[in-house]
Amino acid sequence: MTFASTVTFDASAPWSLSAQVSLRDESFGALAYHHGNRRLVILKSRDLVELVRRLKEFESADGAIDAVVAPVRHDRYVRALSSLVNSGILSGR
Amino acid sequence: MGADATLRDRFERGLAAPICLTWELTYACNLACTHCLSSSGRRDPDELSTAEAKALIDEIAAMQIFYINIGGGEPMIRRDFFELVEHAVGRKVGVKFSTNGTRIDTAAARRLADIDYLDIQVSIDGADAATSDKVRGEGSYAQARRAMDNLKAANFGQFKISVVMTRDSVEQLDEFEAMAKDYGAELRLTRLRPSGRGVQVWQELHPTAEQNRRLYHWLLERPNVLTGDSFFHLSALGSPLEGLNLCGAGRVVCLIDPVGDVYACPFVIHEEFRAGNVRDGGFAQVWTNSDLFRSLREPGSPGACTSCGSYDACRGGCMAAKFFTGLELSDPDPECVFGHGEHALARKALMSLPVSTPDHSRKIPVAFSLRQGSRSTVRSSTNVTMDKRGTHGE
Repeated sequence: MTFASTVTFDASAPWSLSAQVSLRDESFGALAYHHGNRRLVILKSRDLVELVRRLKEFESADGAIDAVVAPVRHDRYVRALSSLVNSGILSGR
Repeated sequence: MGADATLRDRFERGLAAPICLTWELTYACNLACTHCLSSSGRRDPDELSTAEAKALIDEIAAMQIFYINIGGGEPMIRRDFFELVEHAVGRKVGVKFSTNGTRIDTAAARRLADIDYLDIQVSIDGADAATSDKVRGEGSYAQARRAMDNLKAANFGQFKISVVMTRDSVEQLDEFEAMAKDYGAELRLTRLRPSGRGVQVWQELHPTAEQNRRLYHWLLERPNVLTGDSFFHLSALGSPLEGLNLCGAGRVVCLIDPVGDVYACPFVIHEEFRAGNVRDGGFAQVWTNSDLFRSLREPGSPGACTSCGSYDACRGGCMAAKFFTGLELSDPDPECVFGHGEHALARKALMSLPVSTPDHSRKIPVAFSLRQGSRSTVRSSTNVTMDKRGTHGE
């Protein structure tokens, strides 16, 4: 079960936290653990945690980002989500 | 997993719950390894009951501790071993367990292979029987290899081969790598600590400075070799090794022993580092409120390492290694790569070293004997490989 994600992140598509992932709040943000690939990922800001939690409410990742962070930070959060897709923390729905 | 300086500071101030929780399930062991961290041998009559253990797992699940590292003693000696593992996995608490492999016959291997969210570390301390048995007891290497064969035959997938780095085993790095490759296993190397019975053998068995330098470069070239963040004291040699590179005691990691005592890390089973007991109101309150853990989360002082330019890389090294060699916690690590630890050791009059407070060593060491009948001892492996990445965990 090597986890080398071949999934590419499309911000116009709907995403959510993967079913195999546990998310635990911490003072700096959160820790996410993928029970399948055993990866532990650090979410370094609370905004990112809120964004990840709310992805499922939106028809696109772009929509979720617009709802949670200021437009000037949009691209940064696209990159952050893309990296979470690569480690299997997020999956398409 | 890399961590920047700010994040490391946050980690050093403690987390809502441990990332890495080690739970020694029992002090009972059918081996008597000379370097045993927990001085195991005899079962403690007061060890947590099945009901208490399950309640603890429920609390661990509620705290969202992602996985637990189960050890001992030999955890598979507990009759409720599978019951507890299944209880944890059923609550989405992953289990990684360390075993000497003696109880992994073909039936046990098949049962283990059926459990999701389970990782296994089989311990050996040499790439051949002579080297390994010197530390772990006669016959133990063959038993461990048979366990590995059984796991492979049962299609368990990628288990881990776990090796403590001694002056002898560190000379066999390439052999361990080849062995892991043969099994489709992951290799995990950890540091020899002077903890438990290890206090008696550390002086003669810990790698030399030259060996540590070779080990560091070998690891640097192989980020896939797991180390449980064990060798962060070597990061002072240059680029940091994989991992958080900090002492996680009471901040990121801790240990629960078989009777429910909570210690700051798996390497300091000693009264001085006991934070409380899960029988007194549960684990969460110990983790959050114990005076010991609170003090460990205070910003530390570099102590004797203040003037060293590499303090940021190694953070002064391992608390347990200092404590059990008689050093002050503000001293350099005894294996400081610049030799400052050796100087500190030389300055101490090592009249009496601290010894692990609970000692469950057998008073009369028993010869290791094959426990399974001869019927089940021979089982050759077939060539099946799978792989699966792991994350760090002590």
